[in-house]
Amino acid sequence: MSDTLEFRVAIRTAIVEEMERDESVVFFGEDIAAEQGGVFAVTPGIQEIFGAERVFDTPISELAITGAAFGAAVTGLRPIIEIMFGDFMGLSMDSLVNQSAKYWYLSGEQHAAPMVVRSAVGGGGRFGAIHSQTHATWFQGIPGLKIAFPSSPAEAKGLLKAAIRDDNPVIFLEHKRLYSIKGPPPQSAEEVIPLGRANVARPGRDLTIVSVGKGVPDALQAAAQLAENDGIEAEVVDLRTLRPLDLETVLESVARTNRLVAVEEGPATGGWASGLLGLVAEHGLHDLDDAWLLTTGELPIPYSPTLEDAFIPGAEAIASSVRERAGVASAR
Amino acid sequence: MTVEQQPATEAPAAYLERYGQMLLIRLFETEMQRLFLKGEVHGTTHLCAGQEAVPVGVCSALEPDDYLAGTYRGHGHALAKGTDPRSLLAEMLGRATGVCGGRAGSMNVIDVAHGLVGCFGIVGGSIAAATGAAVTAKRQGRVAVAMFGDGATNQGYFHECLNFAKVLALPAVYVCENNFYGEFTPMLKVTGGGDITSRAAAYGIPAQTVDGNDVWAVREAALEAVQRARQGRGPTLLECQTYRHHGHSKADPAKYRPPEEVERWLARDPLNVAKARLAEQGIAEQEIAEVDDAIKARIEDAVQAALAAPYPDPAAENPTEFAP
Repeated sequence: MSDTLEFRVAIRTAIVEEMERDESVVFFGEDIAAEQGGVFAVTPGIQEIFGAERVFDTPISELAITGAAFGAAVTGLRPIIEIMFGDFMGLSMDSLVNQSAKYWYLSGEQHAAPMVVRSAVGGGGRFGAIHSQTHATWFQGIPGLKIAFPSSPAEAKGLLKAAIRDDNPVIFLEHKRLYSIKGPPPQSAEEVIPLGRANVARPGRDLTIVSVGKGVPDALQAAAQLAENDGIEAEVVDLRTLRPLDLETVLESVARTNRLVAVEEGPATGGWASGLLGLVAEHGLHDLDDAWLLTTGELPIPYSPTLEDAFIPGAEAIASSVRERAGVASAR
Repeated sequence: MTVEQQPATEAPAAYLERYGQMLLIRLFETEMQRLFLKGEVHGTTHLCAGQEAVPVGVCSALEPDDYLAGTYRGHGHALAKGTDPRSLLAEMLGRATGVCGGRAGSMNVIDVAHGLVGCFGIVGGSIAAATGAAVTAKRQGRVAVAMFGDGATNQGYFHECLNFAKVLALPAVYVCENNFYGEFTPMLKVTGGGDITSRAAAYGIPAQTVDGNDVWAVREAALEAVQRARQGRGPTLLECQTYRHHGHSKADPAKYRPPEEVERWLARDPLNVAKARLAEQGIAEQEIAEVDDAIKARIEDAVQAALAAPYPDPAAENPTEFAP
């Protein structure tokens, strides 16, 4: 199928379709109803369709936005909110970690907090240290939260539809370098991708590259290079969600390939990739010949293009890391 | 310190009911104190004795399906909103029959069936929860109330949410139980401007200082605020001035409060204020005594039931991380 679906359009379409489907879905955030539809122009015209009762702009008050989403969620609505940049999620912490995440369990399963918290994340845009982070790992250790991080337009649409339908709080990450990417649309307009199931995005026999979000297209590009130039067939696993974490799919892949590299746009310490390697070691050590991490340094994300490009592991870095580990000199 | 008493507007039976609800909370807290010392209440607990008139007065102005978000000093919030003392007491004791199955404890009670959105263990959390409930309530013709202390008015939650509710014209009522101490620290020492009611003016929100030890004064103010909310005229802030009879938590003997201040407030115990009003209304002592006996029996029943209830069995519990 041709690459006709733009990532930002996929997000917008998922919101519109789910709002049409379910009256209880509401959508609010900073500038989301404004003419441009947010700073990344993802949601223009949605207020015109559904009206100001269901779609509205808010003050720049991340704590109030998230807290209000929680209060609305536990009383019967299904809010989608936009926290403009993932970095701003520091302000939303209490409401997400202490209120939303725990509601289902603490209440003795009386009610959950069905809400979706969308944010633009990731580096490469020259936005500097405090507009480029990926906040997924701040939340990965919190029981009760789901974390989805789509890798393509079709994945974004299917995962966001699932997130909106989910009865639990879902943190939804949109890599800002993917917004303008085009890809094939889903097979069916109704496609919903279940949260918690990883996807083998490319089969291969020699090693497994596991990533999420923009790391997946980077890994696919690296795998294509490795196949063409080095005869290395990499399998690429797209985790899709970091919580729940689909360890099983990763273990099955490692059982076939015996080698694993986890690629994370973030530091190794406390990252999802190091946690994943720990779990694979615990449950699949007998299948492992090699396992390593490809992450950023233990530093804030730099601004200058030369520094930022060197800091973030992209397709080239993945390919060279695999070659180096495999003891293969570059074919080029 | 307090405003003039508001005119009374209820029938005698309703007067007795308010008094009985306050007594229920007071006796509940007395039992909590006793059971804590016996090791039956675990961790910590924050008693609201002395503050009963605020939740009872506020909830008397609400419909059963309106929403309330309370605090970690929330036993009175839950009881006033309709939570069964049996299931609340069992929750305090960590028993399987608790309103949250023993998972929540004293600080985090949730009772969805009675519109208790939750009680929140972090200062100010209730303000956002009620603000969000008001987003839902707006569609339903309902009202959402946040209960919080004076300390919460220095949290971002207070300022962000009052502004948020105002610009969205949400049907919210923000009820500050000003007991003049944030934990161990006097309110005036940490509150810029020294006045909570006037903070609402910055957001264009109507506000009122209320005698928080007079349940009918609270009721009167709450009725007006609830009506404003239901009519689509936006949020209100009520500063109900009151006093806790105990320290902040079980670890606090409250020695930082001047004895004469404590005495002055104990003389204005909300139960005594209510009793005086009952006498003014010509309600016979015998009728009051009957209420006393009925409430005592209800608490005694709740205590016996909770003590007899099993603890949750970790082996039999089958919790799920996520709602299906």
